[in-house]
Amino acid sequence: MKTKYSSLFSLPYLIWSLIFIIVPMGLVVVFAFTTESGQFTLDYVSQVGEYTSVLVRSVWLAAIATVICLLIGYPLAFIMSRMPGFQQRTMLMLIMLPMWMNFLLRTYAWMTILEKNGLLNKLLGLVGLGPFDMINTQGAVVLGMVYNYLPFMILPLYSIMTKIDNRTIEAAQDLGANTKNVFTRIVIPMSMPGISTGITMVFVPSVSTFIISRMLGGGGNLLIGDLIDLQFLGNAYNPHLGSAISLVLMVLILLCMSVLNQFNGDEDREGMLL
Amino acid sequence: MKHFLCLILCLVLLCACCVTAFAESEVEVVDEDYYTKFQGQDISISVYNWGEYISDGSDGLLDVNAAFEELTGIRVLYTTFATNEELYAKLKSGGTSYDIIIPSDYMVARMIAEDMVQPLNFENIPNVRFLDEQYLYTDFDPEGAYSVPYTWGTVGIIYNTQYVDEEDTHSWDILWDERYMGEILMFSNSRDSFSIALKRLGYSMNSTSEEELRDACESLKDQKMLVQAYVMDEIFDKMEGEEAMIAPYYAGDAITMADENPNLAFSIPDEGTNRFIDSICIPSNAKQKEAAEMYINFLCEPEVAAQNIEFIGYSTPNLAAYELLDEDMQQNEIAYPSQEVLSNTEAFVFLPAETSTLMDKLWTEVLSNDENYSKWTIPAFLLVGILFSIGINVRRMLLKKKENMM
Repeated sequence: MKTKYSSLFSLPYLIWSLIFIIVPMGLVVVFAFTTESGQFTLDYVSQVGEYTSVLVRSVWLAAIATVICLLIGYPLAFIMSRMPGFQQRTMLMLIMLPMWMNFLLRTYAWMTILEKNGLLNKLLGLVGLGPFDMINTQGAVVLGMVYNYLPFMILPLYSIMTKIDNRTIEAAQDLGANTKNVFTRIVIPMSMPGISTGITMVFVPSVSTFIISRMLGGGGNLLIGDLIDLQFLGNAYNPHLGSAISLVLMVLILLCMSVLNQFNGDEDREGMLL
Repeated sequence: MKHFLCLILCLVLLCACCVTAFAESEVEVVDEDYYTKFQGQDISISVYNWGEYISDGSDGLLDVNAAFEELTGIRVLYTTFATNEELYAKLKSGGTSYDIIIPSDYMVARMIAEDMVQPLNFENIPNVRFLDEQYLYTDFDPEGAYSVPYTWGTVGIIYNTQYVDEEDTHSWDILWDERYMGEILMFSNSRDSFSIALKRLGYSMNSTSEEELRDACESLKDQKMLVQAYVMDEIFDKMEGEEAMIAPYYAGDAITMADENPNLAFSIPDEGTNRFIDSICIPSNAKQKEAAEMYINFLCEPEVAAQNIEFIGYSTPNLAAYELLDEDMQQNEIAYPSQEVLSNTEAFVFLPAETSTLMDKLWTEVLSNDENYSKWTIPAFLLVGILFSIGINVRRMLLKKKENMM
C-alpha cells in the first residue's frame, strides 16, 4: 500500500526528469555519434582529442578551485556548526547573501576590482606597490570559480557537521585522544559525505564554466565550456562536435566522481548527493 | 472595499496608459493611409534584432516600436540577440518563428543560400526609394530581392591619443607592435579576427585558401602575447576606462566611446578594412509577411530612420534620413568616410562550411595556445590520477585487514 502511494507521488518528478533530463541527454548522445545527414560516425568523438590541452586546463583549474574551496570552507563550516543557534543563522545568511545577486553581476564586479586601473591596484598603489597583472590570468579564473562556488562547498559541509554530536567529540577526548586525533579520526571521517558532496558541487560547475573564463580570463584562457559554446554560437555552427565535447566532459566528470566515491566505499552515505 | 480597490487600480493603469500615450512624439510618415490596412485586426509581428539596435524612446528620441504600434495597430513583440551566429542557431533549431530579423551581410548570404529568408514584395515597401543603391544591390544579395539595408559601418582601429602615436595607426601592423604589448584588445570572434590578420598579410578577407588561413593563424598566435584580452562589448568599458590603448572595433561604436572619453580616436588602416551592412529580412516561416513589410517600410521612413540612426550611432544607407541629420554628423569622417576610403573596403561573403569549420578550429588553436604550456602536463596529470586511485585502494585494503584482525 505504502509503496503504491509513494510511487504515485514521485510521478511528477519522474515525468519532469524524463522530459528535461533524460531526453536532452539522449539527444546529446545521438548528436555526438551522428553526422549531419544522420549517419553513425565516430569522427566527432575522436576529434575531441585535438582539444586535449583545453580539457586538461579546465580540469586542472577546476581542481585547484575545488581544493581552495575545501581548504577555506572546511574550517569555516566546522566553526559555524559549533556556534550558538543565533550566530549560526547569521553566518548562514551572510554566506547566502551574495548568492541573491546575479552571478554575472558578481563576476563583472571582479573585473573592476582586478583590472590594471582597478580598485585593488589603486589601493596597492597607495602603499607604493604594484601595479600587478591580475585580470586575464589563470589565477583570476580560479579566483572567480572559488568566489562563485564557495557557498556550494560550505553548505553541505555545514549541514553534515551540525549532525556531529558534541558528545562524540567529548567522548573521544575522555578516552585520551588529542586534538589532532579527534580531528583526523572522528571529525573528518564523520564529515566525509559532506566533503564529497561539496567537492562534486564545486568541481562540476567549475569544470564546465565558460563565462568566468571569458570575463576574468580575457578570452585567451579557453576552457572546455568556451569550446562547447564556440561550437554552437561560433562561426561554424557545429552541434555535433559540440555534443561530442559535452559527452566527453560528462564521462570525465563521471570518472572523477567515481574516484571520489571510493573514499566512502562502505561508509554511511547519508547527506550525499551522488 | 474590494471593488473600490479594483476601481482605483484600473484608474491608475488607465492613467499610466494615457501618460505613455502622450509621451510618444508624433512621427511624420510619407503616406499615412498605407499604414491603416491592419488597423483594428489585433495582429502582432515578432521582431528579432541586435541589442541596443533600435531607438527606444530614451534621450528624447522616438520610441520606434511604440510609434509603429500606435500608427498601425499592429503589436510588436521585440526580442534581441547578440551575434549573427546566435540568430542563425535560433532559426536553424526551429521552434520559434520571427517576422523580422536583422542579420549582417554574410549571414544574409548564408540564409539566402539555405532558403531561410524569403523574397520581399517591394510594392509594400515604397520607401525603399530613399535608400542608397550601393547598399541595396550588394554582393550578398545582388538583386536586392531578400534584404533591405538597415545600417552600415566599417571596422577600424580605436586608439587612445595620449599613449599611441597617431603615425602608427595607418596600418594593421599596430596590433602586432611590441611597443604596445599588453595594451591591445582583439575581437573574440573568429571571423573578425581572421579578417584583420588576412588583410594585414595582403590576402582577401574572404579567403578560402587553407594556406592563407594557416598563415593568418600563425600571425594571430604571434600576436597573442601582445594581446591583453579577447573581447566584444567589454571593449567599451576597457577603452573608456583606459584599461587598454588599442582595439579594433566598429566605427559607430568608436563615436559612442569618443563621446565618453575624448582621448579616443578612430582610424581606418591603409591596407583596407571590412565594411558591414546589417539588413532587414523576413524569414521563410514568417507568419505575418505583409505586416512585416509594413514594419520594414516604417523603418525606412526618413524621419524614423534618422532618429534610429542617431540612437544607434552607426551609418545610415537612407539618403533622405542622411539629409535630416545634424551637419556635424553628416561631416563626420568616422561614420561617413570618403568614397576613396570606402572603395578600399571589402564586405564579408558567406564562406563554405569547410572554411568556417577550419577557421573556428584554427581560432580555437589560437585561443588555447599557451606559451607556458608544458608538454608534461598531460602525463603528470595522468600520473597523479593513477597514484591517487592506487592510494585509495591500498588504504581500503589496509582498513579491511585491520577489521579482519580485530
